[in-house]
Amino acid sequence: MSAQTHATAHLFDAETDGIRSFEATGGDWSDIAEEAARLGEQRIVVNMGPQHPSTHGVLRLMLEIDGETVTEARAGIGYLHTGIEKNMEFRTWTQGVTFCTRMDYLAPLFQEAAYCLGTERLLGITDDIPERATQIRVLMMELNRVGSHLVALATGGNELGATTLMTIGFTAREEILRVFELITGLRMNHAYIRPGGVAQDIPPGALDQIREAIVGVKRYLRQLEDLMLGQPILKGRLQNVGVLNLASCMALGITGPMLRSTGLPYDVRKAAPYCGYETYDFDVPVLDNADCWDRMVLRIEECYQSMKIVDQVLERLQASTGTPVMVGDKKIAWPAQLAIGSDGMGNSLDHIREIMGTSMEALIHHFKLVTEGFRVPAGQVWQTVEHPRGELGVHLVSDGGTKPYRAHFRDPSFNNLQAVSMLCEGGQVADVVCAVASIDPVLGGVDR
Amino acid sequence: MTDEKKDAAEAVNTEAQATSETALEAGSQGHRTPLDVVAVREGMFGVSGSGDTSGFGGLVSTVAMPGPSERPYGGWFDEVVDVLIELLDGSGTGYANAVESVIVDRGELTLNIARAHLVEVAQHLRDDQDLRFELSLGVSGVHYPHDTGRELHAVYHLTSITHGRRLRLEVAVPDADPTIPTTVDVYPANDWHERETWDFFGIVFTGRSDLARIQMPDDWPGHPQRKDYPLGGIPVEYKGATVPPADQRRQYT
Repeated sequence: MSAQTHATAHLFDAETDGIRSFEATGGDWSDIAEEAARLGEQRIVVNMGPQHPSTHGVLRLMLEIDGETVTEARAGIGYLHTGIEKNMEFRTWTQGVTFCTRMDYLAPLFQEAAYCLGTERLLGITDDIPERATQIRVLMMELNRVGSHLVALATGGNELGATTLMTIGFTAREEILRVFELITGLRMNHAYIRPGGVAQDIPPGALDQIREAIVGVKRYLRQLEDLMLGQPILKGRLQNVGVLNLASCMALGITGPMLRSTGLPYDVRKAAPYCGYETYDFDVPVLDNADCWDRMVLRIEECYQSMKIVDQVLERLQASTGTPVMVGDKKIAWPAQLAIGSDGMGNSLDHIREIMGTSMEALIHHFKLVTEGFRVPAGQVWQTVEHPRGELGVHLVSDGGTKPYRAHFRDPSFNNLQAVSMLCEGGQVADVVCAVASIDPVLGGVDR
Repeated sequence: MTDEKKDAAEAVNTEAQATSETALEAGSQGHRTPLDVVAVREGMFGVSGSGDTSGFGGLVSTVAMPGPSERPYGGWFDEVVDVLIELLDGSGTGYANAVESVIVDRGELTLNIARAHLVEVAQHLRDDQDLRFELSLGVSGVHYPHDTGRELHAVYHLTSITHGRRLRLEVAVPDADPTIPTTVDVYPANDWHERETWDFFGIVFTGRSDLARIQMPDDWPGHPQRKDYPLGGIPVEYKGATVPPADQRRQYT
């Protein structure tokens, strides 16, 4: 590419011109070391990623090292950019759910919930959402939070070489994924929460199965605690590593467990409640050493708090059995509650019989609603929810049409990755892995 | 504003406003003035009132965003604006120069800020003890290609943990001169967000030296989130018929 089209040409090209460099792309290490010694190069830049297994997905870290000490660290992202926000502008408001669920693939239900809450506020139907739909949303989000934190603990352990943490964490998450599959039909990319409610009611017997799953998850979580909390090696690796104090967190816009590890109990569920979180009894755990260890301990504690909410919501769901899970407005709600087939997708045979056999108007209405979608009054909203990784913000703009004019997701991992430099510089190379794991970035959400 | 837009604006104040009444009632506080027409579009489906579903009814739809609100804004909104008036008038900048308009819609406060005074407003919002919007949740852009002279909007979302409040700053700049002073000195969190907004919209944040693309490759031509940038995609052929890419299909507007 020519210098004109190179957006960052002025940054790199002039600076690196004429500097002797060599690339270590394999071969015998002694040859490489000899070459480095011959050049007398003092500045060693190591590219970690984007395909490095310890960087949590396709994150690229550029480390300048002096011996084992990291003197400069920069994060490079964009390797998983898929243009989801752009795509959403060409699909209806209902179809948008199927896109945003794919952003942060470990916490899909949070994107769905935030997007739907925002859409509902644009429509002005927030107060019309059935109670049961809100309860199901809370249930799904809290289960998802546990699942996401389990992956954070599991992969964090795996990256330090503790494979057992990984196997226990993923086995525990499997219990939750089974519940998701039972309720939504899919293990990820659910598209379950829709503007106006949820796609379908939870199936019979699901409540008992969730109770059983919770028992299983708690058992695995105890195992994780037993393995982790008393482990001297883990303590040595994580304590006083990757410290980021409160002032730095505020400046860098860091939220979630990282912010709470500095002692500030900021949680959107308490600060700006949505989905009726103010009516649930739960605590916001905080610690104040602001290091990797505290973030790990906080994630374990948050799992217990989430399961405490799940216990409460299960009782409410028991009481609200049989009430609607979709808003009553027939111009927004799709006309049929689909039944899940054996393939995980579904159809309502009764509804097909009605629209194909008896009612032309119902058929037209169904067709128009599904292909054209509903119109959303012009305006913009900002909706945030407490995502496992921090504050997820959704900025939705409508021009009065059937598609979002603009949908922007402020993903917490995207923002939190800005802290990589502060967390890693001055530390050891090995600590970089711990520090990045404690941010718990998911690159699907970072790059969108 | 063009004549076409003026006509549309008049029509909108009587009709279109009524269509979104429920939504506006749900969230708005305070009194409303005419809507702000940003575009007029022609399309096929969606004609209301005439019963026409043929798609050839000659739909003309007006795109109008909620316009400026008047006092009282309601709740703590008045308090925040009062403090801002005091600070900006006190510093010699003048509130009227810095804040172009105040929009209260769906329970959210939006301040339209002149770009020259953005950094000062942000500084006041962060530092004054009665404002204390200490947490910035980033910057993003919106492209309104038909809003002549104000095509590119940058949107800032601020949160006050101290007072439990949140508001939005909006800065509109023309496509011909898409520069906005950087807010990274006030909110370091905006660093990557500004790079992303440059990458996707081509808004140049001045006063910082490291405005590089962040999501797209460094040598990528164009800014993908702009409305004039095609979605891309290839036509799909099925049994002799061709389905065009999503952005080239006949659309419901």
